[in-house]
Amino acid sequence: MLEYTEKIREISKQLLKDCKVDMVIGFRKGTIPMMNEPTFIKSANEVGQLVWDSNCGINLANYLTNRKENIGIIAKGCDSRNICVHLVENKIKREQLHIIGVPCKGMIDKRKIAALFEKEILKVEENGEKIVVEGDGTVKVFEKKDVLQENCAICIHRNPVIYDDLVGDLVEEQKDVDRYEDVRKIEAMAPDQKWSHFDDLLKDCIRCYACRNACPLCYCPTCFVDESRPQWVGKSIDPTDTRTFHFLRAYHCAGRCTDCGACERACPVGIKVRTFTKKLEKDVKELFNFEAGLDPDVRPPLDVYKTQDPEDFIK
Amino acid sequence: MYTRHKILRILSNNDKIDREKPFFKKTYKGQRTIHLAKIEADGMKVLKIKKEDWAKGLEKIGESCRLLGPLKDGEFHNFKELGRGELPDFNFQNTRLSPKSIVYPQSEKMFDYTLDQNDPDHDILKEAEKNYSSQVVMGIRPCDAKAFSLVKLNFDSPEYKDIYWLKRFESTTLVGLACHNPCSSCFCTSAGTGPFHSEALDMLLVQEQDRFLAQILTEKGEALAKIAGWTIEAGSNAQEQITTMKESAEGRITSFISGENLKNKSAMEIYEEPYWEDVSFSCINCGTCTYLCPTCWCFDVQDETCGNCGIRIRNWDSCMYPLFSLHGSGHNPRGQKLQRVRQRFMHKLKYFLDKYDEGIQCVGCGRCVRYCPVNIDIRRVCELMNRSEACPVTI
Repeated sequence: MLEYTEKIREISKQLLKDCKVDMVIGFRKGTIPMMNEPTFIKSANEVGQLVWDSNCGINLANYLTNRKENIGIIAKGCDSRNICVHLVENKIKREQLHIIGVPCKGMIDKRKIAALFEKEILKVEENGEKIVVEGDGTVKVFEKKDVLQENCAICIHRNPVIYDDLVGDLVEEQKDVDRYEDVRKIEAMAPDQKWSHFDDLLKDCIRCYACRNACPLCYCPTCFVDESRPQWVGKSIDPTDTRTFHFLRAYHCAGRCTDCGACERACPVGIKVRTFTKKLEKDVKELFNFEAGLDPDVRPPLDVYKTQDPEDFIK
Repeated sequence: MYTRHKILRILSNNDKIDREKPFFKKTYKGQRTIHLAKIEADGMKVLKIKKEDWAKGLEKIGESCRLLGPLKDGEFHNFKELGRGELPDFNFQNTRLSPKSIVYPQSEKMFDYTLDQNDPDHDILKEAEKNYSSQVVMGIRPCDAKAFSLVKLNFDSPEYKDIYWLKRFESTTLVGLACHNPCSSCFCTSAGTGPFHSEALDMLLVQEQDRFLAQILTEKGEALAKIAGWTIEAGSNAQEQITTMKESAEGRITSFISGENLKNKSAMEIYEEPYWEDVSFSCINCGTCTYLCPTCWCFDVQDETCGNCGIRIRNWDSCMYPLFSLHGSGHNPRGQKLQRVRQRFMHKLKYFLDKYDEGIQCVGCGRCVRYCPVNIDIRRVCELMNRSEACPVTI
């Protein structure tokens, strides 16, 4: 995917030169291995800062919320789906956007690589489908497919669903992917098993809200956990409050979540936050045959009433 | 579940009892506390602790007080209480969370109260029972220990004493573990500390193949060595050995910040720089940097009531959250993320320096660099702030 960088710069330069956009939102090279930083470019002379590689996992749709400018935005499959969600939810207008679509082959999981490498990682380079990791006198080569973020490994919408330009040929979508193997495992658990599974999952949470804030869906002016009149949720690290935050946040994302993985990627203590959102994604798929963010003209199922909606729950 | 209510009186045990305790006498009279009673360099003792004496010593310490050390749980290390016979795991560069919570828990109960009108104590805040018995932190990194002395400037000022923090700090013995292989993102040597920095420690352990050299730095450290039964003095060249290893570890630091101009630049000049828009753009306003930081000390006070019973607690807070500075009137002086991001860096690298003249409020542990979800790097920001003249933003 490295070859995308030149194309991104070229398109961005032209857009800025022609004053078609006020800024381009993309990534600049990070200061540590396996990290890039979201940035904005306002001048055609600065497009050289823009980069693309397998460390662009942050969902850039998060940076569009309520902006007033005309914006060029780099969008991989999931970003483009969240742009659709933003369009449906009136968080940005289509005419404000020039979407530079990136056919994506997945982002690498820095935690997985760190765990496999064991020593401190000083340098990570991509070479086609290989990821070369160096540090402390050791070099290890990984196959990219083995170190993908979990959401990328099961992604079925790698190509942008909406775009004005493409930086490369569309990639082949992954077929026969079992998206919900992990959810089914939890569904099969007995209630007490589930309880301890979730407790264990959340035991390290420090309530920093990185998961929520990295999520393009979480744009409420005041989140329910921050509300103080009335105060719905306690602010300590009491497990009840921590659970309430995670469970409720997941429900707020039902039918809207694109499984971009930004929440999990952002978590400083490695909580598998997607466990919650994926269950809701699965339910929405099964009940309404709906996947979020595929069409900017279709409102999410929990937002509309249809006579065919399932009503088995009414006894 | 949580209700607002009127508290009429605060009954503090401190008013009646605690001032009699030695802790208060010490701090109020401005005497140096035991913790800071450093042993002069020429009288500094170096012990050697053999492997077999290590476990035995820890066992003895564990019998007399709470013992904490780094343990790996899942993918990273954190400080945890060690069970009987459990050894700290020193196979780590540093813990994911800083050890600040040992002295300053993320959530801490301060008062209990009841709203039951039939209870004679209704609407009275009663100081919560606390355990301030001695605790020993085994294997804290020198940078994280130094962070306690920076935080102390705030929690133990001539005007204000934070009794909770201070009491727990006083009852804590800090045994450092020298850093032989600092992380590539550590910049401790340019942040006023270092891999063997002993300033805030009571004892410094230096790992050597199958033994430790233990530098005794305070009376507290000396007392601890006695409890542990670590009495064998290392050879006369031990100090020299430590110095050599210290220099070699310092040589392995590859990351630096420059702050030489920060002191003389005007705060307003830095405050109004155009680069803050660029610096703050990617910030998602989460609390990762502040919660992982060993020197961030801000807190929020909350009342939580369940039925008629309630507690007043204080929780870590973060200047990255919009709610942090929201006034009762509804006005928010830092309503925009640019203002919040700027506040964090200005506080760490400028206001703190100006207020205390004790360096910056950062020990260079690198946690915020490594775990910021969007890669905002304090080293880069410091470089921008330190520039002696206006430059283009790009670096």
